[in-house]
Amino acid sequence: MSMDYYREYILDHYRNPRNYGTLENPNAHAEDSNPLCGDQLAIDLLVEGGRVAEVRFKGRGCAISQASASMLSEMIEGKTVDEVVQLGKDDVLDALGISISPARTKCAFLSLRVLHRSLALAGLEKPGDHDEADDE
Amino acid sequence: MVAFENRPNPGRTETVQSVIRSAEEIRLDFPILARQVHGKPLVYLDSGASSQKPHAVIETMTEYYHMYNANVHRGVYEISEEATARMEKARVKVARFINARHSKQVIFTRNTSESINLVAYSWGGANIHAGDLIIATEIEHHSNLVPWQLLAQRTGARLEFIPVDDDGMLRMDVYAQLLEQKPKLVAFTQVSNVLGTITPAKEIIAQAHAAGALTLVDAAQSVPHIPVDVQGLDADFLCFSSHKMLGPTGIGVLYGKRDLLEAMPPFMGGGDMIRTVHLRESTWNDLPWKFEAGTPAIAEAIGLGAAIDYLNELGMQNIAQHEREITAYALEQLQTIPGLTIYGPPLEQRGGVISFTLGDIHPHDLASILDQEAGVAIRAGHHCAQPLMERYGLAATARATFYIYTTPSDIDALVQGLHKAIEIFGF
Repeated sequence: MSMDYYREYILDHYRNPRNYGTLENPNAHAEDSNPLCGDQLAIDLLVEGGRVAEVRFKGRGCAISQASASMLSEMIEGKTVDEVVQLGKDDVLDALGISISPARTKCAFLSLRVLHRSLALAGLEKPGDHDEADDE
Repeated sequence: MVAFENRPNPGRTETVQSVIRSAEEIRLDFPILARQVHGKPLVYLDSGASSQKPHAVIETMTEYYHMYNANVHRGVYEISEEATARMEKARVKVARFINARHSKQVIFTRNTSESINLVAYSWGGANIHAGDLIIATEIEHHSNLVPWQLLAQRTGARLEFIPVDDDGMLRMDVYAQLLEQKPKLVAFTQVSNVLGTITPAKEIIAQAHAAGALTLVDAAQSVPHIPVDVQGLDADFLCFSSHKMLGPTGIGVLYGKRDLLEAMPPFMGGGDMIRTVHLRESTWNDLPWKFEAGTPAIAEAIGLGAAIDYLNELGMQNIAQHEREITAYALEQLQTIPGLTIYGPPLEQRGGVISFTLGDIHPHDLASILDQEAGVAIRAGHHCAQPLMERYGLAATARATFYIYTTPSDIDALVQGLHKAIEIFGF
């Protein structure tokens, strides 16, 4: 994989984020920030019949953090909760299509962490599984 | 650019004529500056976070481990005595470097943060009570802010802050008003790590003393870059780190006035800081060892001594002059870039620090592009000064910082990298 972070499709997600905004009546919500660079992210989910019916995210920060949130939102829309619970870092990296240097992993995985936290807070996922910092 | 004399020569001012060493030549003393990143020569513009180290420092530390590695202040054998002598000689070098009256007033710590925490716990614990006022400023690094917040929480003391104006200069009029509330301590930075602001330290200290307050100077960004004279400033406490001034990590300095240090209780207990120990009570060692519990960072102290030798050979006036010229060049070049905003004071009040933003490109994206496309290392983020970021309504800035080995071509590489970022993000 390339080290070239700023491929056209990443910049496209950054400039034109999919599913940007908030939901009026979400039944899962979480937000967090990355203390290192001040990236902020909030995710709203509407889960109906065991599926993610709607997703919105709102945030500000670097291209990597915001593009990965946009990509993740596309990835989970319409998926079953069981499928979404399984999503991990490799799925985000596959979507980004680039390798991320250690200093930038917190940016890339911020949306994934907030997503799992929102499911945990809504009682749809065991808390903590995806919330731990890497040891590597 | 200005070059350096290769001998200390404090008496003379016409340094530029006696040019012997240029920044290009100085670079050769720094092995790391010869390496490449992403296939490009490393352009290191993050000395404000940590400076690079010359051969002389690295070799001096290696020599300790090769030739006389032993604990200090204990052994009566040859190599322990040698290690002790070399470490204490380093302390004398530090004392002379900042013009301390005596090397006993130089306490070795781990870094600036530990030096400040030492004062907050030891002096603060004994002297700060509920309702007492501590003054800091809006431009402080977290390390000169959080220790005072913790002290205030422990004691019920109050904190007030000298605000900054839009150019990053301290509001001395507000300071004068705050002094009317009779603070116990004024803690402030001599050079801002974000804006580069050089604060009027001597004036701040004189006014604090007139109001009956003591002062603590965070000199982490000043001692490496400009001549600092603790007696001239009349500072009560002054703190800095070795790793920002060509020395190793893991060692820092607390300077204090002798009567203050003598009266303060120990910070940490352990070996080396005691005179006599009984099961239920002990008595304390003399300064400076009263504050140095446990085996110290011996190689690091000796390495710091070597760094000071190196800085003295160049001359701190020459270093300050070089940084002023390189900062002037950088300001001039950066101002040619469309959409670039520079924060902080004009050149006259600025150290070798430039914080900026470029259009709406997030500083972390800028830093990544500069790294990958130009081999340029800069800092991006809140620079451990979140209150200051809030003051300017910023989440983050990009920051380039300069030192003795920074050349105009480093600045040119930065400028080229920024143009590349504009190309990629397209505005």
